[in-house]
Amino acid sequence: MAEVPKKLTIPAEEYICSGHLACQGCGAALAMRYALKALGPNTVYTVPACCWSVIDGPFPYTTLGVPLFHIAFEAAAASACGLSAGLEMVGKKGVNVVAWAGDGGTADIGIQALSGAAERNDNILYICYDNEAYMNTGVQRSSSTPWGAWTTTTPARHFKKRPKKNLVDIMVAHQIPYVATAAMAFPEDLIRKVSKAKDIEGTKYIQIFASCPPGWRMAPEYAVKAVRLAVNTRIWPQLEVEHGVYTINRKPRKYTPVAEYLKLQGRFAHLTEEQIEQMQEMVEREWDRLLFLEKSTHEMAGLPLAGEKAAASKEGGAGAAAGQG
Amino acid sequence: MTEKIDIRGACDMPPMAKSLGRMSWNKTGSWRNVTPVIDYDKCTRCMLCWKFCPDLAISCTDPPEIILDYCKGCGVCAEECPVKCIEMKEGL
Ligand SMILES: Cc1ncc(C[n+]2csc(CCOP(=O)(O)OP(=O)(O)O)c2C)c(N)n1
Ligand code: SF4
Ligand code: SF4
Ligand code: SF4
Ligand SMILES: [Mg+2]
Repeated sequence: MAEVPKKLTIPAEEYICSGHLACQGCGAALAMRYALKALGPNTVYTVPACCWSVIDGPFPYTTLGVPLFHIAFEAAAASACGLSAGLEMVGKKGVNVVAWAGDGGTADIGIQALSGAAERNDNILYICYDNEAYMNTGVQRSSSTPWGAWTTTTPARHFKKRPKKNLVDIMVAHQIPYVATAAMAFPEDLIRKVSKAKDIEGTKYIQIFASCPPGWRMAPEYAVKAVRLAVNTRIWPQLEVEHGVYTINRKPRKYTPVAEYLKLQGRFAHLTEEQIEQMQEMVEREWDRLLFLEKSTHEMAGLPLAGEKAAASKEGGAGAAAGQG
Repeated sequence: MTEKIDIRGACDMPPMAKSLGRMSWNKTGSWRNVTPVIDYDKCTRCMLCWKFCPDLAISCTDPPEIILDYCKGCGVCAEECPVKCIEMKEGL
C-alpha cells in the first residue's frame, strides 16, 4: 500500500473503526473520531442513552478502540466521576475519563449530575455532542433545540418558540477551569481544544456542534458544510472560556447570512422571511453580547485581547467584518 | 479485522456484558446506493476527503482510495473535495 501522505492537518491514528451504525453523514461519528485522535488510547468513556449507544454497535461488539461504559440516560457525569475517583483510589494516573453525551442527555436529563460534578470540580472531561434534538428516539425537541426549528414534538405550525438553552454560560457559572465550544467541521480546532482540556485538572466541559442529516431533514452530503455555515453565520460561535475569561476563537472575516445555513435544512423550511430576519437579529445580539464578554473578562483579568482593533471596529454596526478569518 | 461472533446461549456468554470484538465485521458498504469515484488526474492529494469521511472509508494513503466494503455513500467527500474530482455514481 502507498505511504501515509505528508500534509495531514490532523493526526493519522484512528481509534474508531469502520462498520459502526451511524447514519450516512453522521456528524456525531466525526466528532467522536476527532475527539479520540486528541485523547489517544489512555482513555475511558461513559456514554448515556443517545445515538452513540447505538452507533457503537450491539453486544458483543464495540466501535471504539478504548473502553466504553453504556450507562443510564441521566448518569453520564455521575458515572464518569465514579470512574475518576476509582482510578485515583487504585493509583492509576494519566487516564482520560470522558463523559460523552448528547444534548438531551446533557441539557435536560443529565444536567443535575453534570452540575454536581462541576460544583465539586471532579476530574473529568465532559463532552456534549450537540445535534439539537433527541435524535436516537426520532427527533424530539430538547432544550438545546434552537428557536425556529421543526421537530416531531414541535411541528412546523408550532415550531420551537423558545431559544436554545445556553449551556456554555451555565457551565461558566460553575467556575470550572475550562469551558469550550467546537464544531466537527473544524477538526483542527476541535482536536486542539480536547488536547488542551485533557491536561487540565478538574471539570472540563466541551460542547461540540454536530450535524444529524436525518434529524435536520438535510441531505447527508451537507453534514460538514452545514456545520461550517453554522460557525460562519455566527449561529455557533467557537469559544473558549478559561477561568471565566472568554475568547472567541473564530471571527469570520465576512459573516454569512443565517438564511444560507437555514436553507440547507428541512427543519427550518417553514420559516417566513420575517422569521428568518428575526433569527438574524437574535444571532447578532448574541454575538455582540459575546464580544462584550470577551472584552470585559479580558480587561478584568488584565489580559490583552488578540485582534483588539478588529473587534472594536465591529461596534460600528452589526454584520461588519472583524478579526481573523 | 474482527469476525462475527456467534452467541447461541448462556454458555457462550462472557461473565459480564463486555465487548468481545470490533464492529469492523459489519460491511456497511451494502448500505450504499451511490458510490464515490475519484478522478486521480485532477486529485491534488489534499486529503480533505479522508479527513471528513464519517465512516473511515477513505484510506490515509497517497493517493487516497475509497474502501468500498465500508463506504455508505453519504457524499460528504464529493461535497468537500476542493477541486470537485469525486463523482457520486449510481449503479456501481
Ligand atoms: C430515563 C430514560 N428516558 C428515556 C430514554 C429514551 N432515550 C434514549 S436515547 C434518547 C434521546 C437522546 O437524545 P440526545 O441526548 O440528544 O442524544 P442523540 O440521540 O441526539 O444523540 C431517549 C429519549 C432512556 N433511554 N432513558
Ligand atoms: S440519527 Fe443523527 S446523530 Fe443519530 S446516528 Fe443518525 S445521523 Fe448520527
Ligand atoms: S479531497 Fe479531492 S483533491 Fe483532495 S485528496 Fe480527496 S479526492 Fe483528492
Ligand atoms: S461517500 Fe461518505 S462514506 Fe463513502 S467515502 Fe465518501 S465520505 Fe466516506
Ligand atoms: Mg441530540
